[in-house]
Amino acid sequence: MKILVCISNVPDTTTKIKFLNNNTTFDSAGVQWIINPWDELALTRAIELKEAHAGAIENITVVNIGPPTTEPTIRKALAIGADNAIRINLDPKDAYSVALQLSEIIKKDSFDIILCGIESSDYNGTSVGGMLSELLDYPSVSAVSFIDIDGDQLKLKREIDGGQEIIGISTPFIGIVQKGIAKDARIPNMRGIMMAKTKPLQVVEPVSTDLYTDFVSFDYPKAKAACKKVDPENVKELVNLLHNEAKVI
Amino acid sequence: MSEIQYNAPDYYLMDDLLSEEHKLIRESVRAWVDRRVKPDIEEYFEKSKFPSHLIKEMGENGMFGPFIPVEYGGAGLDYIAYGIIMQELERGDSGIRSMASVQTSLVMYPIYAFGSEEQKKKYLPKLATGELIGCFGLTEPNHGSDPGGMITNVKDKGDHYILNGAKMWITNSTVADVAVVWAKDEEGIVRGMLVEKGTKGFTAPETHGKLSLRASVTGELVFDDVIVPKENVFPNVKGLKGPMSCLNSARYGIAWGVIGAAMDCYDAAVRYALERKQFGKPIAGFQLQQKKFAEALTEITKAQLLVLRLGQLRNEGKSTPGQISMAKRNNVAMALNIAREMRQVFGAMGITNDFPIMRHSMNLESVITYEGTHDVHLLITGLDITGIPAFK
Repeated sequence: MKILVCISNVPDTTTKIKFLNNNTTFDSAGVQWIINPWDELALTRAIELKEAHAGAIENITVVNIGPPTTEPTIRKALAIGADNAIRINLDPKDAYSVALQLSEIIKKDSFDIILCGIESSDYNGTSVGGMLSELLDYPSVSAVSFIDIDGDQLKLKREIDGGQEIIGISTPFIGIVQKGIAKDARIPNMRGIMMAKTKPLQVVEPVSTDLYTDFVSFDYPKAKAACKKVDPENVKELVNLLHNEAKVI
Repeated sequence: MSEIQYNAPDYYLMDDLLSEEHKLIRESVRAWVDRRVKPDIEEYFEKSKFPSHLIKEMGENGMFGPFIPVEYGGAGLDYIAYGIIMQELERGDSGIRSMASVQTSLVMYPIYAFGSEEQKKKYLPKLATGELIGCFGLTEPNHGSDPGGMITNVKDKGDHYILNGAKMWITNSTVADVAVVWAKDEEGIVRGMLVEKGTKGFTAPETHGKLSLRASVTGELVFDDVIVPKENVFPNVKGLKGPMSCLNSARYGIAWGVIGAAMDCYDAAVRYALERKQFGKPIAGFQLQQKKFAEALTEITKAQLLVLRLGQLRNEGKSTPGQISMAKRNNVAMALNIAREMRQVFGAMGITNDFPIMRHSMNLESVITYEGTHDVHLLITGLDITGIPAFK
């Protein structure tokens, strides 16, 4: 079986977000870029599967859609343990453009398991996995928190209201994974970092550069109000503030 | 997604001088330290306990012998990568970094540089993975800055040597599976050899009562008529240049490592000063605090530039012992001064283990003494300037 893990290049989650040009452009100066945390967990689980089922998983590919500046993030994925990588040379603007590019890659090669993070931590998009499933006419399972090989099938668990659903599924399929799919994202080791330099990273041009979305402007969230501290003994004042100022009771 | 807040100071955009590979190494070791060292290092330090569960992980992550070639189990990285690893480990704790320094520079390096092919094949791959732990015996109870006066000795008995003597202040001593020991032969020439744990007559008692490097093991090595097979002696070095070249490698790593401790103290103090309010405003707004931060950042930046250039020279095979001495001496003093100054920013909070400052400060009191004292490094620079040794 061959696994494809779709990875997004996103700002580190501690980045202080700033905008330029009258709040129309994200200011990427000084930003540290990382693998989208959900995608990194998906990759970690893919590697765990390969290690646990050496004969069953023959290859793990990572794919990213981005300009050449995303290559350090892709190299990190290779250092973590992916076997090879594909970069689609496009600065994506929306979920459809991402899903479209991915679908073309998957049509060309026969991947059995396609893993996407449930969302990306930059724009909090949650649509790529579902769109990809539709474009390819592959089954998909969302909110997957466990995946393992079970004979000829894959065994998945997904969170549902009040419990878990256990699913058996045949390949090919798209797994849209959430936290829990792996305990911690794997940290590259030094030998992995050295080996990543020589692993194949194929650059392919996009099939279409039509974009259906344009960023009109960005707004910052409202600044958090100053914290008011109330003496633990002064319940009257706490009630007064909650009632008259915060107006929550 | 690190949960530990940390902004590594990079005032002169040093990152632009590093390769993507270097940056990934730093990010990886930093993430490992955040995940595995930072959460409970204070507890190990307080209990004076060695976090031995980390050894295998450090090996699996390639933190031992990163510059040793891949064929012997290393990662085949350059010396800047080694420095970066030391920096990030010491941001966690100087004791953890010391363990890795000893394993890499004082054990793996001499086996690689001076050992026989059999010694390299036997020991290096297992030292790289952490399956074996090593230590280095040079300092003696009566010979610290003057290693040439050592009295530990070997006597040639035909197919083996008999080793007698004692070594002191040995990092990893009680947990080491193999010791690199330096002893004089019957002609008074310093020879290096490998002595395995469990060899009859070889004991390694622990040194207690340390108020520094408490998360690292320190002890003695005692040799009482120990039989050392001749194949355990390094064939390719004779004289003090053997141990001195090991110390060069370790001192180079220390010059990088202490920057990690300094950056941790600086970052924690700036963060605290921006939050802590007195007289109605953050204490970071007061001139005396800003003076401390401005001076600390200046010194960290100078130290960063120093080690990067030294790393380039080491990669090119051009670094001298004098240059390494200068960097070790300057950077350790820099880190210790910053730890002391940053501790004051915290007021009384600075003496607790809620913050890493006091631990770093206590650790750095050892680092300024070991691997060549602060004073002796001055004399090495003095020798480079004048050509006159002022050691005796």
